[in-house]
Amino acid sequence: MTHSLPSVTIVRRIKASPAKVWAAITQPKLMMQWWGPDAGPTLSAEADVRPGGRFSIVFRLLNGEEHNPTGVYREVVPEKKLVFTWEWAGMPERESLVTFRLEPFDGGTEFTLIHERLPDEEACKSHEAGWAGLLDKLPVFLGAAE
Amino acid sequence: MVKYQASGMDRTFSALADPTRRYVLLRLKDEPGLSVSELARPLSLKLPGMMKHLDVLSDAGLITRTKAGRTVSVHLSVGPMREAMAWLKRYERFWTASLDRLVALVEEDSER
Repeated sequence: MTHSLPSVTIVRRIKASPAKVWAAITQPKLMMQWWGPDAGPTLSAEADVRPGGRFSIVFRLLNGEEHNPTGVYREVVPEKKLVFTWEWAGMPERESLVTFRLEPFDGGTEFTLIHERLPDEEACKSHEAGWAGLLDKLPVFLGAAE
Repeated sequence: MVKYQASGMDRTFSALADPTRRYVLLRLKDEPGLSVSELARPLSLKLPGMMKHLDVLSDAGLITRTKAGRTVSVHLSVGPMREAMAWLKRYERFWTASLDRLVALVEEDSER
């Protein structure tokens, strides 16, 4: 029931072939050129791209903080789909799951990213998938409750 | 990056995974201070059933209960909800910025 948990979904249409995009998301020397939330440097990238293989990336933010997301590949379908777990080394956050999906689109690639929390036991028991609706209301909710 | 307690976040998400509990939160947003029986009535829930849901919400820190005489009134407490939203916003920011760079990288490469 992962779809009942909150998730971030981002879709981008990219003017480059799925093969090029696939290389950029799986080859460490290319991963180093984009992986990180600001213009701070990516210091290292390791990727053993096969089910059960690990990745580990270290990047430094412009404010000097270093972070190390790491995880294990769950699903590897070249030029189509890459699924991996995600955790921050040394941080207390529980594991989450990232899916990259690539589809040919108009000579380029439609790229979909989904980052979702993994279900815990209680969430699995729920058969309700109404998250999207609640999240639409949340900003109002939080504002009103202030 | 924002740091927070993982266990608290998990309780928040679990508590929110149930439609009855979401209904309770949304009603409390509009009508703070409702009593347990007022919350239970439209759902045709018996009081013990509603109490169980309220216990889950209370453990997750989403509501507070105060007792006046024989009436328990229920109020929202928004801290954990903010944490859940912070999780979402953090990753949205992270990936939006990273993907901007990914797109620039592969598109530049394609034009060569």
